Amino acid sequence: MTIEARNLSFHYGNKPVLKEVSLTLTSGGFHALLGPNGAGKSTLFGLLTRLLALQQGDILMAGQSLKKQPAEAMRQIGVVFQQNALDLDLTVRQNLLYHAALHGLSRKEARLRGDRELERFQLLDRANEPVRKLNGGHRRRVEIARALLHEPSLLLLDEPTVGLDVASRRGLNDHVRTLCESDGLTVLWATHLIEEVRPEDRVLILHEGKLLADGAGHDICEAEGTRDLAETFHTLTGAG
Amino acid sequence: MNAAHYWHCFVGIQTREWLRFWQQRTRFASALVRPLLWLVVFAAGFRAVLGISIIPPYETYITYETYIAPGLCGMIILFNSMQGALSMVYDRELGSMRVLLMSPLPRPFLLVTKLLAMGVVSVGQVYVFLLLALLVDVEPPLWGYLAVLPALILTSLMLGALGLLIATWIKQLENFAGVMNFVIFPMFFMSSALYPLWRMNEASPWLYWICQFNPFTHAVEAIRFSLYLEWNPMAFGITAGVTIVLSLLATAGFRPQRTKILGGKPA
Repeated sequence: MTIEARNLSFHYGNKPVLKEVSLTLTSGGFHALLGPNGAGKSTLFGLLTRLLALQQGDILMAGQSLKKQPAEAMRQIGVVFQQNALDLDLTVRQNLLYHAALHGLSRKEARLRGDRELERFQLLDRANEPVRKLNGGHRRRVEIARALLHEPSLLLLDEPTVGLDVASRRGLNDHVRTLCESDGLTVLWATHLIEEVRPEDRVLILHEGKLLADGAGHDICEAEGTRDLAETFHTLTGAG
Repeated sequence: MNAAHYWHCFVGIQTREWLRFWQQRTRFASALVRPLLWLVVFAAGFRAVLGISIIPPYETYITYETYIAPGLCGMIILFNSMQGALSMVYDRELGSMRVLLMSPLPRPFLLVTKLLAMGVVSVGQVYVFLLLALLVDVEPPLWGYLAVLPALILTSLMLGALGLLIATWIKQLENFAGVMNFVIFPMFFMSSALYPLWRMNEASPWLYWICQFNPFTHAVEAIRFSLYLEWNPMAFGITAGVTIVLSLLATAGFRPQRTKILGGKPA
Protein backbone atom coordinates (compact mmCIF):
# COMPACT_ATOMS: atom_id res chain seq x y z
CA MET A 1 0.00 0.00 0.00
CA THR A 2 1.34 3.42 -0.93
CA ILE A 3 1.10 6.13 1.72
CA GLU A 4 1.31 9.77 0.89
CA ALA A 5 1.61 12.58 3.40
CA ARG A 6 0.91 16.03 1.99
CA ASN A 7 2.08 19.25 3.61
CA LEU A 8 1.73 18.07 7.18
CA SER A 9 2.15 20.74 9.80
CA PHE A 10 1.46 20.32 13.46
CA HIS A 11 1.95 22.48 16.52
CA TYR A 12 1.48 22.00 20.25
CA GLY A 13 0.13 25.33 21.41
CA ASN A 14 2.40 27.86 19.74
CA LYS A 15 5.26 25.44 19.29
CA PRO A 16 5.52 24.00 15.78
CA VAL A 17 6.72 20.38 15.72
CA LEU A 18 6.11 19.50 12.07
CA LYS A 19 6.56 21.99 9.26
CA GLU A 20 5.08 21.24 5.85
CA VAL A 21 6.27 17.65 5.73
CA SER A 22 5.45 15.76 2.53
CA LEU A 23 6.56 12.21 1.88
CA THR A 24 5.55 9.04 0.07
CA LEU A 25 6.04 5.50 1.33
CA THR A 26 6.16 2.99 -1.49
CA SER A 27 4.35 -0.29 -1.29
CA GLY A 28 6.37 -3.18 0.16
CA GLY A 29 9.37 -1.02 1.03
CA PHE A 30 11.41 -0.62 4.20
CA HIS A 31 11.60 3.08 5.08
CA ALA A 32 13.86 4.38 7.80
CA LEU A 33 12.75 7.56 9.49
CA LEU A 34 15.82 9.08 11.09
CA GLY A 35 15.82 11.97 13.45
CA PRO A 36 17.28 13.06 16.76
CA ASN A 37 15.07 13.25 19.84
CA GLY A 38 12.47 15.96 19.41
CA ALA A 39 12.67 15.88 15.60
CA GLY A 40 8.94 15.25 15.26
CA LYS A 41 9.01 11.48 14.60
CA SER A 42 6.48 10.58 17.27
CA THR A 43 4.22 13.44 16.18
CA LEU A 44 4.34 12.14 12.62
CA PHE A 45 3.43 8.70 13.96
CA GLY A 46 0.64 10.24 16.00
CA LEU A 47 -0.80 11.77 12.85
CA LEU A 48 -0.44 8.58 10.82
CA THR A 49 -2.24 6.62 13.55
CA ARG A 50 -4.91 9.27 14.19
CA LEU A 51 -3.84 9.61 17.81
CA LEU A 52 -3.27 13.21 16.83
CA ALA A 53 -5.81 15.05 14.73
CA LEU A 54 -4.56 16.53 11.47
CA GLN A 55 -4.20 20.28 11.77
CA GLN A 56 -2.87 20.98 8.31
CA GLY A 57 -2.35 18.75 5.28
CA ASP A 58 -3.67 15.29 4.62
CA ILE A 59 -2.55 11.66 4.59
CA LEU A 60 -3.61 9.36 1.78
CA MET A 61 -3.50 5.60 2.20
CA ALA A 62 -3.86 3.78 -1.11
CA GLY A 63 -5.40 7.00 -2.39
CA GLN A 64 -7.95 7.27 0.45
CA SER A 65 -7.89 10.28 2.69
CA LEU A 66 -7.34 9.59 6.37
CA LYS A 67 -9.72 12.47 7.08
CA LYS A 68 -12.52 11.03 4.98
CA GLN A 69 -12.05 7.27 5.40
CA PRO A 70 -10.50 6.85 8.86
CA ALA A 71 -11.93 3.38 9.54
CA GLU A 72 -10.64 1.94 6.27
CA ALA A 73 -7.22 3.48 6.89
CA MET A 74 -7.00 2.13 10.43
CA ARG A 75 -7.73 -1.38 9.18
CA GLN A 76 -4.61 -1.14 7.06
CA ILE A 77 -2.24 0.00 9.80
CA GLY A 78 -0.31 -2.00 12.37
CA VAL A 79 1.65 -0.07 14.98
CA VAL A 80 4.42 -0.78 17.43
CA PHE A 81 4.60 2.14 19.82
CA GLN A 82 7.74 3.50 21.40
CA GLN A 83 6.43 2.77 24.90
CA ASN A 84 5.21 -0.64 25.87
CA ALA A 85 1.55 -1.05 24.97
CA LEU A 86 1.13 -4.60 26.23
CA ASP A 87 -0.83 -5.45 29.33
CA LEU A 88 1.86 -6.97 31.51
CA ASP A 89 -0.58 -8.80 33.77
CA LEU A 90 -2.29 -10.61 30.91
CA THR A 91 -0.81 -13.51 29.01
CA VAL A 92 0.66 -13.18 25.55
CA ARG A 93 -2.40 -14.80 24.01
CA GLN A 94 -4.84 -12.65 25.99
CA ASN A 95 -3.08 -9.55 24.71
CA LEU A 96 -3.38 -10.78 21.14
CA LEU A 97 -7.04 -11.71 21.55
CA TYR A 98 -7.81 -8.26 22.93
CA HIS A 99 -6.20 -6.57 19.95
CA ALA A 100 -7.98 -8.88 17.51
CA ALA A 101 -11.33 -8.14 19.15
CA LEU A 102 -10.71 -4.43 18.74
CA HIS A 103 -10.39 -5.07 15.03
CA GLY A 104 -13.67 -6.98 15.01
CA LEU A 105 -12.19 -10.47 14.65
CA SER A 106 -14.06 -13.40 16.14
CA ARG A 107 -12.38 -15.28 18.96
CA LYS A 108 -11.88 -18.35 16.80
CA GLU A 109 -10.30 -16.40 13.97
CA ALA A 110 -8.22 -14.39 16.43
CA ARG A 111 -6.85 -17.53 18.04
CA LEU A 112 -5.92 -19.01 14.69
CA ARG A 113 -4.16 -15.89 13.53
CA GLY A 114 -2.55 -15.32 16.91
CA ASP A 115 -1.05 -18.77 17.03
CA ARG A 116 0.17 -18.41 13.46
CA GLU A 117 1.94 -15.13 14.28
CA LEU A 118 3.38 -16.48 17.51
CA GLU A 119 4.72 -19.49 15.67
CA ARG A 120 6.33 -17.22 13.11
CA PHE A 121 7.96 -15.27 15.94
CA GLN A 122 8.93 -18.48 17.75
CA LEU A 123 6.84 -17.58 20.77
CA LEU A 124 4.02 -20.09 20.56
CA ASP A 125 5.30 -22.05 23.54
CA ARG A 126 5.04 -18.90 25.64
CA ALA A 127 1.50 -18.00 24.61
CA ASN A 128 0.05 -18.69 28.04
CA GLU A 129 2.69 -16.86 30.02
CA PRO A 130 2.05 -13.40 31.43
CA VAL A 131 3.86 -10.76 29.37
CA ARG A 132 5.58 -9.64 32.56
CA LYS A 133 7.70 -12.80 32.46
CA LEU A 134 9.10 -12.09 28.97
CA ASN A 135 12.33 -10.21 28.37
CA GLY A 136 12.39 -6.92 26.45
CA GLY A 137 13.21 -8.51 23.09
CA HIS A 138 10.39 -11.02 23.36
CA ARG A 139 7.93 -8.35 24.42
CA ARG A 140 8.80 -6.39 21.32
CA ARG A 141 8.26 -9.47 19.19
CA VAL A 142 4.86 -9.94 20.78
CA GLU A 143 4.04 -6.33 19.96
CA ILE A 144 4.97 -6.86 16.32
CA ALA A 145 3.00 -10.12 16.20
CA ARG A 146 0.05 -8.23 17.62
CA ALA A 147 0.43 -5.41 15.12
CA LEU A 148 0.28 -7.94 12.28
CA LEU A 149 -2.73 -9.82 13.60
CA HIS A 150 -5.31 -7.98 11.53
CA GLU A 151 -3.10 -8.34 8.43
CA PRO A 152 -2.27 -4.68 7.83
CA SER A 153 -0.53 -3.38 4.72
CA LEU A 154 1.48 -0.79 6.63
CA LEU A 155 3.56 -1.42 9.71
CA LEU A 156 4.67 1.59 11.73
CA LEU A 157 7.40 1.09 14.31
CA ASP A 158 8.31 4.00 16.55
CA GLU A 159 11.81 3.40 17.89
CA PRO A 160 10.99 -0.25 18.49
CA THR A 161 14.46 -1.21 19.68
CA VAL A 162 14.70 1.25 22.57
CA GLY A 163 15.99 -0.56 25.62
CA LEU A 164 17.06 -3.70 23.78
CA ASP A 165 20.55 -5.17 23.66
CA VAL A 166 22.51 -5.16 20.41
CA ALA A 167 21.69 -8.74 19.45
CA SER A 168 17.95 -8.26 20.05
CA ARG A 169 18.00 -5.00 18.09
CA ARG A 170 19.64 -6.64 15.11
CA GLY A 171 17.33 -9.66 15.28
CA LEU A 172 14.23 -7.48 15.33
CA ASN A 173 15.44 -5.29 12.50
CA ASP A 174 16.27 -8.32 10.33
CA HIS A 175 12.92 -9.85 11.08
CA VAL A 176 10.95 -6.81 9.99
CA ARG A 177 12.94 -6.62 6.77
CA THR A 178 12.02 -10.24 6.11
CA LEU A 179 8.36 -9.33 6.54
CA CYS A 180 8.71 -6.66 3.86
CA GLU A 181 10.06 -9.24 1.45
CA SER A 182 7.77 -12.14 2.37
CA ASP A 183 4.48 -10.29 2.93
CA GLY A 184 4.93 -7.19 0.79
CA LEU A 185 4.46 -5.13 3.94
CA THR A 186 5.20 -1.40 3.78
CA VAL A 187 7.32 -0.49 6.80
CA LEU A 188 8.14 2.84 8.40
CA TRP A 189 10.84 2.31 11.01
CA ALA A 190 11.58 5.36 13.13
CA THR A 191 14.90 5.41 14.90
CA HIS A 192 17.77 7.58 15.94
CA LEU A 193 20.22 4.68 15.69
CA ILE A 194 22.09 4.85 12.38
CA GLU A 195 23.31 1.26 12.65
CA GLU A 196 19.73 0.08 12.12
CA VAL A 197 19.71 1.61 8.64
CA ARG A 198 21.34 0.14 5.54
CA PRO A 199 22.72 2.25 2.69
CA GLU A 200 20.20 0.82 0.23
CA ASP A 201 17.22 1.65 2.47
CA ARG A 202 14.92 4.47 1.65
CA VAL A 203 15.88 7.05 4.27
CA LEU A 204 13.88 10.02 5.53
CA ILE A 205 15.72 12.44 7.77
CA LEU A 206 13.57 14.60 10.00
CA HIS A 207 15.01 17.43 12.04
CA GLU A 208 13.20 20.15 13.99
CA GLY A 209 9.98 19.28 12.22
CA LYS A 210 11.38 19.51 8.70
CA LEU A 211 12.12 16.73 6.28
CA LEU A 212 15.75 17.38 5.34
CA ALA A 213 16.38 14.37 3.11
CA ASP A 214 14.33 11.73 1.36
CA GLY A 215 15.88 9.04 -0.84
CA ALA A 216 18.02 5.92 -0.90
CA GLY A 217 20.69 6.10 1.78
CA HIS A 218 23.63 5.95 -0.64
CA ASP A 219 22.04 8.58 -2.89
CA ILE A 220 21.67 10.96 0.03
CA CYS A 221 25.30 10.39 1.00
CA GLU A 222 26.37 11.07 -2.56
CA ALA A 223 24.33 14.24 -2.76
CA GLU A 224 25.75 15.48 0.54
CA GLY A 225 29.30 14.39 -0.34
CA THR A 226 29.63 12.30 2.79
CA ARG A 227 31.12 8.88 3.37
CA ASP A 228 28.26 7.24 5.19
CA LEU A 229 24.85 7.81 6.72
CA ALA A 230 26.27 8.63 10.13
CA GLU A 231 28.25 11.50 8.66
CA THR A 232 25.28 12.63 6.58
CA PHE A 233 23.05 12.58 9.64
CA HIS A 234 25.59 14.55 11.61
CA THR A 235 26.06 17.08 8.82
CA LEU A 236 22.35 17.64 8.35
CA THR A 237 21.21 17.67 11.94
CA GLY A 238 24.28 18.49 13.94
CA ALA A 239 23.53 15.38 15.98
CA GLY A 240 25.28 12.07 16.10
CA MET B 1 -17.58 -2.73 9.64
CA ASN B 2 -20.72 -4.73 10.39
CA ALA B 3 -22.64 -5.62 13.58
CA ALA B 4 -20.50 -8.72 14.15
CA HIS B 5 -17.34 -6.58 14.26
CA TYR B 6 -18.94 -4.31 16.85
CA TRP B 7 -20.04 -7.30 18.89
CA HIS B 8 -16.60 -8.95 18.88
CA CYS B 9 -15.07 -5.66 19.89
CA PHE B 10 -17.60 -5.14 22.68
CA VAL B 11 -17.01 -8.65 24.04
CA GLY B 12 -13.24 -8.25 23.76
CA ILE B 13 -13.21 -5.04 25.81
CA GLN B 14 -15.50 -6.51 28.47
CA THR B 15 -13.42 -9.69 28.64
CA ARG B 16 -10.21 -7.77 29.10
CA GLU B 17 -11.66 -5.74 31.94
CA TRP B 18 -12.73 -8.90 33.76
CA LEU B 19 -9.35 -10.50 33.18
CA ARG B 20 -7.70 -7.46 34.71
CA PHE B 21 -10.16 -7.58 37.58
CA TRP B 22 -9.18 -11.20 38.22
CA GLN B 23 -5.47 -10.39 38.03
CA GLN B 24 -5.90 -7.54 40.51
CA ARG B 25 -8.57 -9.05 42.72
CA THR B 26 -6.79 -8.15 45.96
CA ARG B 27 -6.78 -4.48 44.93
CA PHE B 28 -10.46 -4.67 44.14
CA ALA B 29 -11.17 -6.36 47.45
CA SER B 30 -9.28 -3.66 49.32
CA ALA B 31 -11.43 -1.05 47.58
CA LEU B 32 -14.36 -2.46 49.56
CA VAL B 33 -12.73 -1.52 52.84
CA ARG B 34 -13.72 2.15 52.52
CA PRO B 35 -17.49 1.69 52.13
CA LEU B 36 -17.50 -1.08 54.72
CA LEU B 37 -15.88 1.26 57.25
CA TRP B 38 -18.58 3.80 56.56
CA LEU B 39 -21.26 1.18 56.90
CA VAL B 40 -19.99 -0.42 60.08
CA VAL B 41 -18.10 2.29 61.96
CA PHE B 42 -19.47 5.62 60.73
CA ALA B 43 -23.05 4.43 60.68
CA ALA B 44 -22.75 2.96 64.18
CA GLY B 45 -21.53 6.31 65.48
CA PHE B 46 -24.16 8.34 63.69
CA ARG B 47 -27.09 6.05 64.25
CA ALA B 48 -27.88 7.76 67.52
CA VAL B 49 -27.32 11.26 66.18
CA LEU B 50 -29.44 11.03 63.05
CA GLY B 51 -32.99 9.86 63.35
CA ILE B 52 -34.51 8.74 60.10
CA SER B 53 -38.20 9.25 59.68
CA ILE B 54 -40.29 7.15 57.36
CA ILE B 55 -39.49 8.37 53.87
CA PRO B 56 -40.04 6.70 50.51
CA PRO B 57 -39.08 4.12 49.38
CA TYR B 58 -39.00 2.75 52.93
CA GLU B 59 -42.29 1.68 54.48
CA THR B 60 -41.16 1.58 58.11
CA TYR B 61 -38.55 3.15 60.30
CA ILE B 62 -35.14 2.05 59.14
CA THR B 63 -31.68 1.91 60.63
CA TYR B 64 -29.08 4.39 59.53
CA GLU B 65 -27.12 1.52 57.98
CA THR B 66 -30.09 0.75 55.78
CA TYR B 67 -30.33 4.40 54.77
CA ILE B 68 -26.71 4.87 53.75
CA ALA B 69 -26.22 1.51 52.01
CA PRO B 70 -27.47 2.79 48.59
CA GLY B 71 -25.28 5.89 48.99
CA LEU B 72 -22.29 3.69 49.69
CA CYS B 73 -23.08 1.65 46.56
CA GLY B 74 -22.86 4.96 44.74
CA MET B 75 -19.63 5.75 46.55
CA ILE B 76 -18.00 2.54 45.32
CA ILE B 77 -18.94 3.41 41.76
CA LEU B 78 -17.90 7.04 42.21
CA PHE B 79 -14.39 6.18 43.38
CA ASN B 80 -13.91 3.42 40.81
CA SER B 81 -15.22 5.44 37.90
CA MET B 82 -13.07 8.46 38.66
CA GLN B 83 -9.98 6.38 39.28
CA GLY B 84 -10.66 4.30 36.15
CA ALA B 85 -11.27 7.29 33.91
CA LEU B 86 -8.15 9.01 35.19
CA SER B 87 -6.03 5.93 34.60
CA MET B 88 -7.35 5.79 31.03
CA VAL B 89 -5.66 9.04 30.12
CA TYR B 90 -2.85 9.43 32.62
CA ASP B 91 -1.22 6.31 33.95
CA ARG B 92 -1.92 2.61 34.20
CA GLU B 93 -4.15 2.22 31.18
CA LEU B 94 -2.12 4.27 28.71
CA GLY B 95 -0.79 1.31 26.75
CA SER B 96 -4.21 -0.24 26.57
CA MET B 97 -5.70 3.07 25.44
CA ARG B 98 -3.21 3.38 22.60
CA VAL B 99 -4.22 -0.07 21.43
CA LEU B 100 -7.89 0.75 21.92
CA LEU B 101 -7.72 3.92 19.86
CA MET B 102 -6.03 2.10 16.98
CA SER B 103 -9.23 0.17 16.39
CA PRO B 104 -11.01 1.03 13.15
CA LEU B 105 -14.33 1.22 15.02
CA PRO B 106 -15.67 4.67 15.92
CA ARG B 107 -14.07 6.22 18.97
CA PRO B 108 -17.31 7.11 20.76
CA PHE B 109 -18.27 3.44 20.59
CA LEU B 110 -14.86 2.36 21.89
CA LEU B 111 -14.84 4.85 24.75
CA VAL B 112 -18.39 4.13 25.88
CA THR B 113 -17.71 0.39 25.71
CA LYS B 114 -14.57 0.87 27.77
CA LEU B 115 -16.42 2.97 30.37
CA LEU B 116 -19.18 0.40 30.47
CA ALA B 117 -16.68 -2.42 30.95
CA MET B 118 -15.06 -0.61 33.87
CA GLY B 119 -18.52 0.14 35.22
CA VAL B 120 -19.61 -3.49 35.10
CA VAL B 121 -16.62 -4.45 37.22
CA SER B 122 -17.63 -1.76 39.75
CA VAL B 123 -21.14 -3.17 39.76
CA GLY B 124 -19.66 -6.55 40.68
CA GLN B 125 -18.03 -4.87 43.67
CA VAL B 126 -21.31 -3.27 44.65
CA TYR B 127 -22.95 -6.68 44.77
CA VAL B 128 -20.17 -8.03 47.01
CA PHE B 129 -20.70 -4.99 49.24
CA LEU B 130 -24.45 -5.59 49.38
CA LEU B 131 -23.84 -9.20 50.38
CA LEU B 132 -21.53 -8.08 53.19
CA ALA B 133 -24.11 -5.47 54.22
CA LEU B 134 -26.45 -8.32 55.11
CA LEU B 135 -24.21 -8.82 58.15
CA VAL B 136 -25.37 -5.47 59.55
CA ASP B 137 -28.99 -6.22 58.72
CA VAL B 138 -29.27 -4.25 55.51
CA GLU B 139 -31.77 -6.55 53.88
CA PRO B 140 -33.45 -5.25 50.76
CA PRO B 141 -36.04 -7.50 49.10
CA LEU B 142 -34.54 -10.33 47.11
CA TRP B 143 -35.78 -9.01 43.76
CA GLY B 144 -34.29 -5.65 44.63
CA TYR B 145 -30.85 -7.06 43.90
CA LEU B 146 -31.92 -7.60 40.32
CA ALA B 147 -34.02 -4.45 40.01
CA VAL B 148 -31.10 -2.26 41.06
CA LEU B 149 -28.85 -3.49 38.24
CA PRO B 150 -29.93 -0.92 35.58
CA ALA B 151 -29.51 1.93 38.09
CA LEU B 152 -26.03 0.71 38.99
CA ILE B 153 -24.94 0.41 35.37
CA LEU B 154 -26.39 3.80 34.50
CA THR B 155 -24.62 5.38 37.47
CA SER B 156 -21.30 3.82 36.57
CA LEU B 157 -21.58 5.03 32.98
CA MET B 158 -22.56 8.53 34.11
CA LEU B 159 -19.67 8.83 36.54
CA GLY B 160 -17.21 7.19 34.13
CA ALA B 161 -18.15 9.72 31.45
CA LEU B 162 -17.79 12.54 33.96
CA GLY B 163 -14.36 11.22 34.93
CA LEU B 164 -13.25 10.99 31.31
CA LEU B 165 -14.48 14.50 30.63
CA ILE B 166 -12.62 15.87 33.65
CA ALA B 167 -9.46 13.89 32.97
CA THR B 168 -9.32 15.02 29.35
CA TRP B 169 -10.05 18.68 29.84
CA ILE B 170 -8.95 19.75 33.30
CA LYS B 171 -5.20 19.38 33.41
CA GLN B 172 -5.00 20.65 36.97
CA LEU B 173 -6.87 17.55 38.13
CA GLU B 174 -4.57 15.01 36.60
CA ASN B 175 -3.91 13.24 39.90
CA PHE B 176 -6.36 11.35 42.00
CA ALA B 177 -5.91 13.54 45.07
CA GLY B 178 -7.12 16.56 43.10
CA VAL B 179 -10.13 14.71 41.78
CA MET B 180 -10.90 13.42 45.26
CA ASN B 181 -10.88 16.89 46.80
CA PHE B 182 -12.65 18.79 44.05
CA VAL B 183 -14.99 16.19 42.57
CA ILE B 184 -15.51 13.04 44.60
CA PHE B 185 -15.92 14.50 48.08
CA PRO B 186 -18.14 17.44 47.05
CA MET B 187 -20.31 15.13 44.96
CA PHE B 188 -20.58 12.59 47.74
CA PHE B 189 -21.20 14.94 50.65
CA MET B 190 -23.54 17.24 48.75
CA SER B 191 -25.91 14.44 47.93
CA SER B 192 -28.53 12.30 49.61
CA ALA B 193 -25.99 9.52 50.18
CA LEU B 194 -25.48 10.17 53.90
CA TYR B 195 -28.57 12.16 54.92
CA PRO B 196 -32.04 12.69 53.53
CA LEU B 197 -32.38 15.97 51.71
CA TRP B 198 -35.20 17.26 53.92
CA ARG B 199 -32.67 17.28 56.74
CA MET B 200 -30.29 19.26 54.58
CA ASN B 201 -33.10 21.69 53.78
CA GLU B 202 -33.64 22.28 57.49
CA ALA B 203 -29.94 22.94 58.01
CA SER B 204 -29.23 25.04 54.95
CA PRO B 205 -31.63 25.73 52.06
CA TRP B 206 -28.88 26.74 49.63
CA LEU B 207 -26.97 23.55 50.33
CA TYR B 208 -30.22 21.70 49.77
CA TRP B 209 -30.47 23.20 46.29
CA ILE B 210 -26.89 22.32 45.48
CA CYS B 211 -27.69 18.75 46.51
CA GLN B 212 -30.74 18.82 44.26
CA PHE B 213 -28.63 19.91 41.30
CA ASN B 214 -26.01 17.26 42.00
CA PRO B 215 -26.61 14.37 39.57
CA PHE B 216 -25.06 11.99 42.10
CA THR B 217 -28.05 12.65 44.38
CA HIS B 218 -30.39 11.38 41.70
CA ALA B 219 -28.17 8.40 40.93
CA VAL B 220 -28.21 7.45 44.62
CA GLU B 221 -32.00 7.85 44.73
CA ALA B 222 -32.37 5.72 41.60
CA ILE B 223 -30.29 3.04 43.32
CA ARG B 224 -32.21 3.41 46.59
CA PHE B 225 -35.67 3.20 45.03
CA SER B 226 -34.94 0.32 42.70
CA LEU B 227 -33.20 -1.63 45.47
CA TYR B 228 -36.49 -1.47 47.35
CA LEU B 229 -38.55 -2.23 44.26
CA GLU B 230 -39.95 1.26 43.93
CA TRP B 231 -39.94 3.26 40.72
CA ASN B 232 -38.62 6.80 40.88
CA PRO B 233 -39.04 8.25 37.39
CA MET B 234 -37.47 11.60 38.26
CA ALA B 235 -34.29 10.08 39.68
CA PHE B 236 -34.01 7.67 36.75
CA GLY B 237 -34.85 10.33 34.19
CA ILE B 238 -32.27 12.79 35.49
CA THR B 239 -29.59 10.10 35.84
CA ALA B 240 -30.27 8.82 32.32
CA GLY B 241 -30.37 12.33 30.87
CA VAL B 242 -27.11 13.37 32.55
CA THR B 243 -25.52 10.08 31.46
CA ILE B 244 -26.40 10.73 27.83
CA VAL B 245 -25.19 14.34 27.91
CA LEU B 246 -21.93 13.50 29.71
CA SER B 247 -21.24 10.51 27.45
CA LEU B 248 -21.74 12.66 24.36
CA LEU B 249 -19.54 15.43 25.72
CA ALA B 250 -16.84 13.05 26.95
CA THR B 251 -16.60 11.02 23.75
CA ALA B 252 -17.09 13.84 21.25
CA GLY B 253 -14.64 16.04 23.09
CA PHE B 254 -12.04 13.34 23.70
CA ARG B 255 -8.66 14.42 22.32
CA PRO B 256 -5.75 12.04 22.75
CA GLN B 257 -3.34 14.96 22.45
CA ARG B 258 -4.77 16.41 25.66
CA THR B 259 -3.76 13.25 27.48
CA LYS B 260 -0.52 11.35 27.99
CA ILE B 261 -1.59 8.61 25.62
CA LEU B 262 1.20 9.46 23.20
CA GLY B 263 3.66 9.38 26.04
CA GLY B 264 4.50 13.06 26.15
CA LYS B 265 3.24 15.91 28.21
CA PRO B 266 -0.30 16.84 27.24
CA ALA B 267 -0.58 20.02 25.21
